[in-house]
Amino acid sequence: MSEFALEVKNITKRFPGGVIANKDVNFALRKGEIHALLGENGAGKSTLMNVIYGLYAPEEGEIWVDGQKTEIDNPNDAIRKGIGMVHQHFMLVPVFTVAENIMLGAEELQGGRLDISSARKKIRELSRSYNLEVDPRAIVEDLPVGMQQRVEIVKALYRDAKILVLDEPTAVLTPQEADDLFIVMRELTERGVSIIFITHKLREVLAVADTITVMRRGEVVGTTSPEGKSESDLAAMMVGREVLLRVEKEEAHPAQTVLEVKDLTVHDERGLTAVKNISFDLKAGEILGIAGVQGNGQTELAEVLTGIRAPESGTIIIDGQKVPAGNPRYLFEHGMAHVPEDRHKHGLVLPYDLVENVALNTYYKPPFRKGLVRDEEAMLEATTDIIEAFDVRTSGPFSQASNLSGGNQQKVIVGRELSRPIQFLVVNQPTRGLDVGSIEFIHRRIIEERDKGVAVLLISAELDEILGLADRILVMFHGELVAEMPVAKANKEKLGLLMAGSEA
Amino acid sequence: MATASPTISQTEEKSFLRDNWILLSVLGVTLILILYFYNQNAIVTTAVLAAALRQSTPLVLGAMCGILCERSGIVNIGIEGTMLLSAFVGFITSFLLQDALGPGAIWVGVVIGVLSGGLMGLLLAWMSVTLRMDQIIGGTVINILAVGLTGYFYQQGLTAGDKLRAIPLGPLADIPLIGRVFFDNPPLTYLTLLLIVLVHLLIYYTRWGLRTRAVGEHPRAADTVGVNVYKIRYVNVILGSCLAGLAGAYLTLEAVGSFERLMTNGRGFIALAVMLFGKRTPFGAWGAALLFGFATALNTQLQFADINIPHQFVGLLPFVLTILVVAGLVGRTRDPKALGTAYSKE
Ligand SMILES: Nc1ncnc2c1ncn2[C@@H]1O[C@H](COP(=O)(O)OP(=O)(O)O)[C@@H](O)[C@H]1O
Ligand SMILES: [Mg+2]
Repeated sequence: MSEFALEVKNITKRFPGGVIANKDVNFALRKGEIHALLGENGAGKSTLMNVIYGLYAPEEGEIWVDGQKTEIDNPNDAIRKGIGMVHQHFMLVPVFTVAENIMLGAEELQGGRLDISSARKKIRELSRSYNLEVDPRAIVEDLPVGMQQRVEIVKALYRDAKILVLDEPTAVLTPQEADDLFIVMRELTERGVSIIFITHKLREVLAVADTITVMRRGEVVGTTSPEGKSESDLAAMMVGREVLLRVEKEEAHPAQTVLEVKDLTVHDERGLTAVKNISFDLKAGEILGIAGVQGNGQTELAEVLTGIRAPESGTIIIDGQKVPAGNPRYLFEHGMAHVPEDRHKHGLVLPYDLVENVALNTYYKPPFRKGLVRDEEAMLEATTDIIEAFDVRTSGPFSQASNLSGGNQQKVIVGRELSRPIQFLVVNQPTRGLDVGSIEFIHRRIIEERDKGVAVLLISAELDEILGLADRILVMFHGELVAEMPVAKANKEKLGLLMAGSEA
Repeated sequence: MATASPTISQTEEKSFLRDNWILLSVLGVTLILILYFYNQNAIVTTAVLAAALRQSTPLVLGAMCGILCERSGIVNIGIEGTMLLSAFVGFITSFLLQDALGPGAIWVGVVIGVLSGGLMGLLLAWMSVTLRMDQIIGGTVINILAVGLTGYFYQQGLTAGDKLRAIPLGPLADIPLIGRVFFDNPPLTYLTLLLIVLVHLLIYYTRWGLRTRAVGEHPRAADTVGVNVYKIRYVNVILGSCLAGLAGAYLTLEAVGSFERLMTNGRGFIALAVMLFGKRTPFGAWGAALLFGFATALNTQLQFADINIPHQFVGLLPFVLTILVVAGLVGRTRDPKALGTAYSKE
């Protein structure tokens, strides 16, 4: 018996295309502990876990389980060794029931037939004994993400996992749900499970971890205990320099009105009113923050303002001119830039390379057009500039957008949008899922734009982000604007109440 | 985590009634019409229905080939070619062996025909799973290959000594209407009816079926729980193609007794429409195949009867149905999520 549940020795993993995702990585998980693996997007955390789980074959290195050197060539080996993994993107079949998902690969049979009732029974027993309630008969795609995550955890326990890897489990959870997860994690460790908890959120690391290992650019930069550590210490380890967790900015100098919105009403996909008769204006050189809980009409508002969706009624005026409905090109031509909420759906064409993505909205005019054809050289040059200026971690301008980590994808989008002359910028959840280094960077760029005289509309569900960046704040609730205030008059509690619909 | 758990209770097996109501209502109406016509003219009605079942056999076999392939995520548009090649190989085998083996030659022909179908499946699986080729192109390769090979080796005027004959199932065959239609058939027709049940059980009640459906929906999820995605896809495509091979053998060795150029005549493609109409379920496909078979049988009967509609119009019916189904006008089907995409580990 070893004191370590899992040891990883000198692991090196290269991807085709030359990215070294793990460089001589050493890592040891003590039995019964919660070991946080902290690192920026693209640091190589998921890659390391996929190596441990047998999904990726490393070029070099050894894996030891319970003091014994082991070969893990495929997930079956890992499962047999008691390793369970909850992937960052859930590995559940959406149209299957919970029971079918959990039993898949470890099916119980009775006379050659699937024995689904004994699987259901075992699932019920597990959920009762670990306090992880799941309904074995529910269809997975009907479940909220928090519940799907629970299914993933039960799926690992169903296979008698003694080592549980949770890859960014809190990325999809609300803070309240995250706290519930931490309770479950504690409970699991008390029952002898050892947990690797991957995250880039500093608060969470300090809240639950027994040990912290920090990774940066594929390497382990240190292992420490949380005692006596502050968020900024960890941030500095993670990013490799001092990080400002709070952006610094000068007083705003709002100038002429750039955007006027009058009596705007918008319907969502299902034809329900998502935005109700709202009016506001936005001036050059200011950041207007729209605070609100997800799903209160912000998405639809942003879509209308950027021309993706046509409004039911109302007018949008830019530079004193009425904007035609649902015409993104008109808006681009009039200096609008957009960092969309869903970077996979609206921000990038994932199968395209970075060069093509950079040219995506201005490919039809110089400098990207030369005569009747595209100017590939100018496109490449622009891409290289963005990679440089925005510190995009990638194997090169021709790598496919889908191969970049979320933070780096976001930097490409921000880079593309801010690399042309603009006067009006819509940023929607610009730092969702990003690490502190990228957040700081993107915040700084947004403020720079403001200082250049761009009118910025910032939509965010993160109160820290709104309070840190905005000069003026609007609160949206059930499709209506329920309050307006300068940032100096705002604080978290007040905004939180307004966002929940109470008259503060 | 979220405290309230929405309890959406549903059974593991998709509700057959809910998924197939269009098909079921069409079949219901057809059934009532059949009873009406049986009352009017028993002999012709029985003949039409028996012909409908005969016509449906290769369609439902082809459709089940499509079901096994597509449930595991592979599009197979090479069913037509597989059928054609197996029809030819099965026939030639039985022809060459008839002197040596006598009546047993037909059965050897059936087996070799089925195996040649499996071989085409192996080729398709290799192209789409290992080489990760575009699956439509892979299927097209098979169709072209089959037309080329059978055309090249085709010899006019060959006929086998015999074909598989009907085996009436005792007193069951004497039941009016039903007996003549269902219990007085040649062996491959019975086998097909049995296979429909077996494939249904395979897909919904076995470990293999669960894994197959998982691989068709989310291969990576299956991979992470230790399911071998490549193996599942290879075996399903090969098994399915064996069924298409059986359909081919049925055509030459049970239905006709000889081989003609391009004799599958689009059945492999109609089988895909049958598969879609039946929502990729074996029983659904059977219902759809009966409907298509009925449309074809009607055409043949009308040529004998003295009715004023040109029979060519009725002959169009299966194809019109196919277009309607494929265009999604009749009963939309949800495709398996990973359908048509190759899987790679890293
Ligand atoms: N399948 C892949 N092919 C090529 N490069 C990859 C692949 N997966 C990840 N990478 C690269 O490897 C690095 C580490 O990625 P990852 O392990 O996902 O980081 P993390 O989980 O810490 O955010 C990144 O630069 C990423 O772009
Ligand atoms: Mg990751």
